Amino acid sequence: MADDHSKQTAGEQKTNGGSLVPAHAAAGAHGHDDHGLAHTTPVPLLLGILATLMVLTVITVAVTSVDFGAQANLVIAMVIATIKAALVVSFFMHLVWDKKLHLILFLTSVLFLILFLSLSVNDRGEYNPDIEAFQTSQGPTK
Amino acid sequence: MSQHTSETHGEQPGAAHAPPAGHAHDEHDHGHEHPSYVAHHFDSAQQQFDAGKLGIWLFLLTEVLFFSGLFCAYTVYRSMRPEVFVYAHYFLDTRLGALNTCVLLISSLTAAWAVRNAQLGETRKLVTNITITILCAFTFMGVKYVEYSHKFHDGLLPGPHFHPTEQVWELATFRNKHPEAAEYAERLTKQAEEAEKAKGADASAAKPAEGPKFELPTREELEPLLHAGVLGERAENPRVPSRPRNAHVFFSIYFFMTGLHGIHVLGGIGVFIWLLLRARKGEFHAQYFGPVDYAALYWHLVDLIWIYLFPLLYLIH
Repeated sequence: MADDHSKQTAGEQKTNGGSLVPAHAAAGAHGHDDHGLAHTTPVPLLLGILATLMVLTVITVAVTSVDFGAQANLVIAMVIATIKAALVVSFFMHLVWDKKLHLILFLTSVLFLILFLSLSVNDRGEYNPDIEAFQTSQGPTK
Repeated sequence: MSQHTSETHGEQPGAAHAPPAGHAHDEHDHGHEHPSYVAHHFDSAQQQFDAGKLGIWLFLLTEVLFFSGLFCAYTVYRSMRPEVFVYAHYFLDTRLGALNTCVLLISSLTAAWAVRNAQLGETRKLVTNITITILCAFTFMGVKYVEYSHKFHDGLLPGPHFHPTEQVWELATFRNKHPEAAEYAERLTKQAEEAEKAKGADASAAKPAEGPKFELPTREELEPLLHAGVLGERAENPRVPSRPRNAHVFFSIYFFMTGLHGIHVLGGIGVFIWLLLRARKGEFHAQYFGPVDYAALYWHLVDLIWIYLFPLLYLIH
């Protein structure tokens, strides 16, 4: 085990001396955080993100008992969820420091998710009168 | 797929190949040992890591689209039948949902921390963080088990199996929020039962809500019941307190969304146990931590989906 570890350290130093110098230079401001193949997230930042996520969770639960109107409550809940999601994606998932390609990939999936949902809801709205008419024709029970 | 353990691997041609952009200097490290942790089809640890990372992001992209089908069902049905969601959310325990949210957030932290440990070669901390992640995942599934068994017990099941044993106004969650409405619903139900007994003698008794001896309901009494589809034109029975039509659809959506998410948590547990075994052998270090990073990314996505599921299912106003 100890043997293993010393080997790693040696390997690390070797690469640090060689291939990693340009990586540092490319990473710019975050160069000092780079360790090996990718950015290393500092522990205080990780803990700070967790604390923020917890606070947002408490807020979203608390806000539910306040009446802003059905739509507004849903919007507030979704905005808070999106802030939480953005924090997770940016810091826990390293997208802040990662290649832009990965960010673009992820946002593409979100874009298609939004397209999928909004088009479906729109479509549903189009033939809502027919649905209502059908349900009324079915009588009050079932 | 066996691990490539060879020593010298003819990497000389690396110099001849056009080096990938940004990796020009990596090529200088080749020509000697091809480390055991770099699969033979990769030029360098960096290339191996980047390829894996791109792969996991593509997978996560398909996962988002995979779940989007269920989110679509949710969105369409909620915009169509909001009262079903108001009705059904009284049956869910917000405290358990919030607890699971916290458990998943903590496990996300330890997963992200584990990546850092792997990058720094901190094997002992890595093992600890992976273990905590696994324990959190089991806690999540334990809470889910409690929730599911309550629902099975109370007949809150999808489709034709939906036979709730309790009326919504009998629930503590409803009573605490709308005590007047709960009382009113109870009064109406009793009245309807009496009318049922007296049925046959007087046909007009079938309209108990319009009995002359009762005053008109107040706003506090009526509104929550209308919102929850207990009464009104979208209820199964507009005059006698019941439940909204097609209330079972919520539980189809609920079980499919949380079920698919739960399967992902189970899958995550498997992956993290595999990582734990490898981490204990000290296999991860600065030049080889890809598996930890990819598994953590997957885990964060599972967390991300729960971040949306929690308010959508539990926090309906």
